[in-house]
This record gives sequence, structure tokens and C-alpha cells, in this order.
Amino acid sequence: MADLITFLILIPIVGAIALYVGRPGSPRVVALVFNGLSFFYALMLWQKFDTGAAGLQLIERHAWIPSIGAEYVVGIDGLSLLLVLLTSIVFPFAFSAQKLERGACSLLLVMQAALYGTFTAQNFVLWFLFYEMSLVPAFLLIKIYGGENRDYAAVKFFLYTFLGSVAMLLAFLGIYFAKGTFDFEKLADLGKAGLLTGNVRWFVFAGIFLGLAVKVPVFPFHTWLPDAYQTAPTGVSMVLTGTLSKMGVYGFIRLLVPLFPQEIKIAGPWILTLVVCSIVFAPLAAWRQRDLKRMVAYLSINHLGYCLLGLFAITAALPTGPIDKQAALSGVFLQIFNHGVTAAALFYFVGLLEQRSGSRNIDDFGGLMQCTPLLCGWMSVSMFSSLGLPGLNGFIGEFLIFKGSFATAAAFTAIAVIGLLFTAVTFVRAMQSLFSGPLAEGCAGYHDLLLREKFVIVPVTLLMFAIGLNPQFIFNTFNATVAQMARLLG
Amino acid sequence: MTDWITRNVWLVPATPIVAALLILGFGKHARRAATGVAILGQIAALIVSTCAFVPTLHSHEFRAFENFTWFTFGEQSLRIGFVLDPLAAAMMVMITLVGLCIFVFSLGYMADDKNFSRFFAYLSFFSGAMLGVVVANSLLLLFVFWELVGLASYLLIGFWIERPSAAAAAKKAFITTRIGDMGFFLGILWLYHQSGTLLFYDGGHGCLENVALLGASSTFIALLIFCGAAGKSGQFPLHVWLPDAMEGPTPVSALIHAATMVAAGVFLVARVYPIFSAGAVNGVTSSLIVVVWIGVVTGLMAALIAVAQSDIKRILAYSTVSQLGLMMVSLGVGGVAAGIMHLLAHGFFKALLFLGAGSVIHGLHHEQDIRKMGGLRKLMPVTFATYAVGMLALSGVPFFFSGGWTKEEVLHATSHWPSSHVPYFLLLLGVVLTALYMTRQVMYVFFGSSRAGSDHHAHESPSVMTVPLIILALCAIGLSIFLTPAWPWLESYLLGHEAHIDAHLLLQPMILVSLVLVGAGIGLGFWLYRRAGEVDPLQQKVPAVYRFLENKMWIDEIYEHTILALAAFASRVSDWMDRYIWDGLVRVIGGIGQIFGALTKGADEGVINAGVDETTVGARGVGRAMSRLHSGQIQIYLGVIALGMLALFLFYAWLT
Repeated sequence: MADLITFLILIPIVGAIALYVGRPGSPRVVALVFNGLSFFYALMLWQKFDTGAAGLQLIERHAWIPSIGAEYVVGIDGLSLLLVLLTSIVFPFAFSAQKLERGACSLLLVMQAALYGTFTAQNFVLWFLFYEMSLVPAFLLIKIYGGENRDYAAVKFFLYTFLGSVAMLLAFLGIYFAKGTFDFEKLADLGKAGLLTGNVRWFVFAGIFLGLAVKVPVFPFHTWLPDAYQTAPTGVSMVLTGTLSKMGVYGFIRLLVPLFPQEIKIAGPWILTLVVCSIVFAPLAAWRQRDLKRMVAYLSINHLGYCLLGLFAITAALPTGPIDKQAALSGVFLQIFNHGVTAAALFYFVGLLEQRSGSRNIDDFGGLMQCTPLLCGWMSVSMFSSLGLPGLNGFIGEFLIFKGSFATAAAFTAIAVIGLLFTAVTFVRAMQSLFSGPLAEGCAGYHDLLLREKFVIVPVTLLMFAIGLNPQFIFNTFNATVAQMARLLG
Repeated sequence: MTDWITRNVWLVPATPIVAALLILGFGKHARRAATGVAILGQIAALIVSTCAFVPTLHSHEFRAFENFTWFTFGEQSLRIGFVLDPLAAAMMVMITLVGLCIFVFSLGYMADDKNFSRFFAYLSFFSGAMLGVVVANSLLLLFVFWELVGLASYLLIGFWIERPSAAAAAKKAFITTRIGDMGFFLGILWLYHQSGTLLFYDGGHGCLENVALLGASSTFIALLIFCGAAGKSGQFPLHVWLPDAMEGPTPVSALIHAATMVAAGVFLVARVYPIFSAGAVNGVTSSLIVVVWIGVVTGLMAALIAVAQSDIKRILAYSTVSQLGLMMVSLGVGGVAAGIMHLLAHGFFKALLFLGAGSVIHGLHHEQDIRKMGGLRKLMPVTFATYAVGMLALSGVPFFFSGGWTKEEVLHATSHWPSSHVPYFLLLLGVVLTALYMTRQVMYVFFGSSRAGSDHHAHESPSVMTVPLIILALCAIGLSIFLTPAWPWLESYLLGHEAHIDAHLLLQPMILVSLVLVGAGIGLGFWLYRRAGEVDPLQQKVPAVYRFLENKMWIDEIYEHTILALAAFASRVSDWMDRYIWDGLVRVIGGIGQIFGALTKGADEGVINAGVDETTVGARGVGRAMSRLHSGQIQIYLGVIALGMLALFLFYAWLT
């Protein structure tokens, strides 16, 4: 029991091996069983976690390669716990979205393990290992199991993120040669006084920024995303947007912000400009898309933009009071979780439509309310959650982010509000073309939600309502972490 | 009892919302259960509202609030709460009472609809959300309910979802109000930033209790909040959604787009009035001046457009826009009580008019063009009588009709505005126009003879529809008792004063002005339309003006070619940039990588076989080609070596 986190990382790997060796008849069921197990472990982790205490908990530390400063250190704070929980929710959700072959199931499980590792590792070498480990299955899943244009999308995805990773690796080697450690906590301590000096620090800073910006992605490093999300199978798209994109945001919070506080203050306005571009251009582009998956993909860029808006607004300049810092950080954390759930749900629904019609083109649908009212109703809930309707989860995160960012970056915040508007425009337009009007040709035969689909949809939607109405249980996981981080920001 | 109700005022919005959820849970076929639950929920809300109304009568300046922590983030708490004061209590009673009438009316009006139970779920949900706006003691909580009201309105406008026009109207309403709401949202953020709390009243610490702290930013905050109010209350330039919203079923138009929701903007301004009036000199601030002028422009513009509309519901819709403008003017000039009184009275008589129109439409089998109606006075006597009451109240006939008294108050307040007298005279013009277009409508619908033969099967509506009409008509008349200057009970109640009876005040000079103007409007209307055929007399006399007004001053078209075109252009540009600039750059870089790879390959050929994999990792196709070339064709290597040796040999020979 002492090595709870290591167990958590190992469970999906064991699952992947079991699938590979055992060749079971229904690989998805086996994968779901392992998912259930890791979900249970994640809950146990939550239960063991002392939400009142700040700092890392449940740390496991073992010597690994001392000569290069690589240690096996895993541990969680509120943010890590939140992301572990999110991963544990999104994966079973993704597995239930569609039938998957054995190979795809085991690749997804490997990715899950890599994500658990990324969100808990506290040493750069270990973290980077997991970070890269998630990339390979994602590449293969798109390349082997993807739809049309998959070779192009897979290679683009791989090259983009791989180049980002290389830049980040080089930057960290630079840090290691200067400071002699890869440990996150030690580096954060050093960061307060300025990690590096001279012009070299900008190369290092840019390297890390680039690596993470590609992953999130931030405008203009985002062009791999629509292709990748569009081509990937539904379940993989859900995982990519629900969890993989969070690695970038997590990296910003865990690496860039603590290591380069001074540099961020100087570069802040430029970063915020890129972020606001993500927030405004992405939904504008989404509005034009005819492919539903591509539309949701663009809106993902916008939603993750809010996370970075909150983060960089409070780090680029000093806010007036602790309330703004804490509001922004809490909002960012909550938005990470919300977006994971909601965007995954949206892809799930697009997947349901695709299963019924074989198409994702918005023009092929119409009047669905007449033949599949339940599907439309529940799908609308996810859409309204995504456009930030109060009463659902999206609103609280966005409100807190804007509350925090308004104090220091009022102009950027005011422009970002345009993004909120165009997200709404995109969704309302989609609802109009999908659900209303006369029943489109070929849509008459669609069956409404099946029982097994309801089993998936209802708990996820209830979670959206629960967070929207009474979010305290989520805040409890990271309140202590937020308070501590806010203090570290000075 | 007082204690219990002030602590549990949240029950008022909660009851209809729970009813809505229950109805949705019952499913499509439980029609009887749906109506039962909806109406019971509404009755319960009415009872609780009335209970809540009682304590506000007892003491002056009554205000009770109940605040609590919604959630804690970091070490900070976000507190919200509910408030009970005369403003909230009066609104609650009006909303639940009008709502109940409309629910009952809908039993008849929607009887044949296949999604009958969903309709009642949406109506209940709307009612709950609207009541939430009224009792919220926090601008954030108000915004939450505000958006839910918007959602309910979106769902109800688009209720007949098979109709593309209904879906388009729903979308337009949602987006247009959301434009205003984005301003409102920024206003909330700014207010929160400046005052540190969003609670209205918090025992001396609420944001409305310390408006002096806001300083100069109060103007901007007020104007941003007003954006939201303008969106919801259909003020120029965000009024365009409201007439289109008439695509929804008529009870919806009555409840949402006439009586309650559209009044939310006026209510909002009244609720946060201290922010608008902060730092006022003589009762005038920059933000209030904006409110007045927006109100005047809206009021006059909509009244003009209403004169040339031919859809029975659209006329009423523009009349609503116009009346909301009037209320805004009243708030802007400092007549808060007058504005709210007009809002309350308007809620009753406008719901009455819409339901009357619904009864007409129902009786004529969904004919909505007034030019094809006529002579219904005899065929639908109850509808006619109640409609006449509503029409006279809206026109502002004094003495017997509530609308007359409240309009009087608004005019009175406006005439004393220190900043300018122009709004006052423009409002007087608006009064004439209102009387004119209402007379026109009544002449077309109820007088004369049938024009297009559409009344062959016209019939009076069933009592489930006429009884609500009668109740609302009684309210429209009976409310006058509390409104006269001789015993201004409602005004005193809203202001927290004691009401005194003084019969001398009953006759004021303003009433004469009003009588003359209203008389002129009605007379003009009667004279113009007494023998009107299918072609409007105005259209014959001044065709250009008529066309301008009939087309709603082409405001929709102007928006379509400016703002909408710009947004669509921005969207196209974003998509284009994504495809060709950003992705283009990526492709160029990829291409450079490929060229570099090809060059390396060229240099590499026949020499060494290192460093190639790294540099051409980007060039998948090139890589494959390369691997073919490197597959150990020893003869090429030998050939190259031979060539090289030959070259060296020649070179050596040349040197020597």
C-alpha cells in the first residue's frame, strides 16, 4: 500500500501486457476492467491524500541513475491528484465510446500509464520519460487506427510534438549543466532567485516554452491539432483532448512558472498576446468548420487558452491581492478538469452521431430532435457546459479565471471575452443545424440513445451538474495547493 | 413566520425549477402529470411569494437577506445570497400571478401540441429562473439566473423546432442577448475587482452599500451592466431579437417576451441603481444620461415601427420594446419607483394583450396578419372586451386603467429631469403613437367586417383561455387603486414611505395633457382606419415612410451587412490563416527540411552514410527514397570510387 502511485502507474501497463499476451476475445472489456481498477486506486489515492496540507504527499523516492541526477521520485499535490482523477475518468469514458481492436486497447493503456507517470513524476528525467512515452502510443493510434488522411496527421502530430520535446530536452540539459539537478522542488527553489543569467536563459526559456506551447497547443503552434483530433478514432480523440492536452498546461504550471518567474514577467505580454489569439481565433475558425470533430477540436484550443490566460495574467504582473491569484489558479485548475470532461463528452457525442450516420459533416444532419430527442437533449447539456452556461461546470472555472486575470490584464481579459461570445455562436449554430429544422434525408432511421450509452452519458452529465452547482468537492482537492502556489508567486 | 419566510425565500425560485425537472423526468407521455405538476408548482410559488410579500408591508424600508458561502477557492470564499425587499416582493407576486394565468391559458392553447409536457417543463423552468433573478442578493447569482432565463427563452422561442424560422429566431435571441451579457460579465468582473464583493446587501459591506468606494469606475461598471440590461430588455441597438422571438408559441410571447423576462433588464438597473447614481450631481450621472437617451431612442423608434407592422404579435412586440424604453427613461431620470410601477402594470396588461392575441390567433386557426382579420368584436366578445381593456391601459387612458397612472408618473418624473427637456417631449410624441398603433390594431382586428374571409370559422376560445384573460383584465383595471396620486400606495411601498390619502392630488395638470394626447392618438387612429381595407391607409398616403417603417428601418439588414458580415469575414480569415499561413509556415519548414534532406542525400551519395537519419527525419517520403539508395549497391560505390581515382589521377597528371 505504501507504493500507491507506482501501483497506479503499473496497473495499465499490466493491462496492456495482459492484452498483448492473453489475446482475449473482447479486449475492450479487459481494458475496462483494468480501468476500473485504476479508477479505484485513484479514489484510494484521493482518500489517502490529506487535502488540508500543502506540498507533495505520498512521495516515493528511489535511486535510479545517480550519475545524471535522475531519481525515481513520484508524489502528488492537489494539482497532480486532480489530473490523476481526470485521467481515471476520461479513459474508461473513452473506452466505452467505440469498439477498439486489441492493439488499440493496449496502446491506450500504455498511454494511460504514461499520463499517470507524467502527472506524478517529480524529477525531470523521469517526467520527460513519461512525457515522451505518451507520444508514441498516440502516434501509433492515429497512424494505424485513424480515419482518412491518417498518415499525414500522424506524422505531423509526431514531428510537431517531438520537435517541441527536443527543444525542451536541450533546455533542460542546459539547466542541468548550470545547476546540477533535475529535481522539480529544488529547481523551483533555485528559480526564485533566478535560475540562469545572461542571454542563455532566454534560449532555455524559449526551449521549454516551445515544447509546452506545442503540446497545449498555443497559437500559432496549434496546426497539428485539428488534423490529429479529426483523424483519430473517437476514443483516441477523447483521450487526446481530455488528458494529453493537459500535459502541456500541467508543464506550464509545474515547470515554466516556478523556474522562470522573472523571465515570465518580461515575456508576459507577448505570451498573453499569443494566448488571447488562441482564445479569439480558434472559435472563429471553429465557426467555419463543417466537420464536427474539427469544430470541437478548435474549441479545445480556445478552452485551454483560458487556462493559460489565467496562469500568465497572474504571473506576468503582480495582482493587487491574494484573491486574484487564488481565483485565477483555482479557475485554471478547475478549467483543466472541466475541459477534460466536457470536451471528451463532446467527442463522444460526435462519435455517437458518426456511428449512426457514418458522417461527421454538419450538413448531413438536421431535425434530429424529431427522431433522437434524448441524444439531442444530453448533447445540448455538454454543449452548454462547454459554452459556459451557469449551472454547469464550465462557468465556474471561467468566471474564476476571468476574475483573476481582470485584476492584472484587464485589456487581455476584455478581448478574451470575445472568445466566449464566438464559442456560443459556434455551438448555437451547430445546435440549429443538427437538431432543428425539418428532418434531414437519411436521419429518420436513427435510433435514440441505447441503454449502454445512457450508462455512460448520465454519470458524466451528472458530474457536470455537480461541479456547476456545488463545486466544493473539487475545490477541496486543490485548495491547499492553490494557496501555497499563490504565496510562492509572491 | 416572518423569520421563516425571509430565510427561505429561495423556495420561490426553487419550486418551479423542481417542477420542471420532475416534468422532464416523467417523459413525453405524462401530459396530465406534467400540467398538474407545473400548475401546482406555480401555485406554490405564488403562495410563498404572497407570504413573502406580507412582511414587507409591515415595516418601512424592509430588507432581509440571507447570505451563505457557495464555495471556497484557495483561502477565499465566494458568497451568494437571497434578498427580500419591496422591489423583490412586488416582482415576485407579479411574476407568479401573471405566470399562473399564462400556465392555465396554455392548457387550452397548447392542447394539441405533441410536445405538450416539454412545453410545461420549459415554462416552469423559465418561471423559476426569472424568480431567481428577482430574489438574488449577489450580482453573480443574479447573472447565473439571468443566463438561465436566457436559456429558457432560447428553448421556448425555438419550441416548434421543426420550423427553421423558429430555430433561427432562437439563435438570434441567444446570440444578441449574449452580446449584451458579455458586457455585463465584464461589468461584474470590474465591480468584483473594485469592491471585493458581489453581494448587494451584507450588513453594510455589500457592493450597493459602499458605492462611494467605486469612485470614477462606477460609470464604466454601470454602463457595462447596462449592456446586459439593454440586451435582455430589447433596447436599441440590441432590440432586434425581440420581434423575431414572436416565432415562439403565444403564451411564451406573453410570459417571457412581454411580461417578465424582458423586464429583467429594467429590474436589473433598478436593483443596482446605487451604482448608476453614484456620485450624482442633481440626480444626474453620465451613466444615467446614457440610460435616458437609449430609452428615448428605443421608445420612439419602436413606437414608429409598430405603426406599420401587420402581424398582430409583432405590433405587440414593438410596443413592448417601446414601453421598455419608457421604463428605462424613467429609471434614468431618477423615477425608479415610477419605472418599476410601470413595469408591474405593464406585466399585467401586456400579458393580457398577448393572450388576447393568442385567443384571436387560436380562433382564426393561426392567422396572424391583422389586415386579414376584422369584425371579431361579435364573434369573440370576451376576447374583445378584455383586449379593449388591455389596449386602453397600454394607450395610457387615465383614471380607470393602471397603465394610465403609471405612464403619468413616468412623464411626471421625466418633465423634471434637470439635464434636458427633449426626452420629455419625445415621450409625449411616443404617447400619441402608442394610442395610434393600438387603435389601428383594434380597428383592424375587431371592427369593420371580415377582410379575407378568415373569420368563417372564427369562434370564441374555451373558458380555460378566457378566464385568465378576465383575471388579467381585472388586474389591469384594479391595480389602478394603488397607483393614483391621491393614494400612491405602490410608490410609497417601493420607496419605503407611508402612503397618505389626499384626494386633491387626483387631478393634476399632467392628466389634461395626457388626455389630450391619448385622445388625439385614438381619434387619429379611428379616423384613419375606420374604413381600412387590406391596404393600409398610411401606405396609400405616404408609401415611402410606410415602407421604411414596415421594414423596421432596415436595422436587421444594416446589421447583416455590417456586423454580421464582419464577423463572418473574421471567421473566414481565421480559418484561412489557419490553413494557409500557420499551417503553410509549417509546411514550408517541412519543405525546407525535405530540401535539406535531399541536399544531404546528394552530398552523401557515395561518400559516407552518417547523419542522414537525423536530418531527414521530417521527410518521410524522402527518407524512404533514401533508404533505397543506401541499400548497399556496391557497384555504385565502386563506380564512384573509380571516378574519383580517375579524377585524382588526371589532377596529378595536370600538376606535373
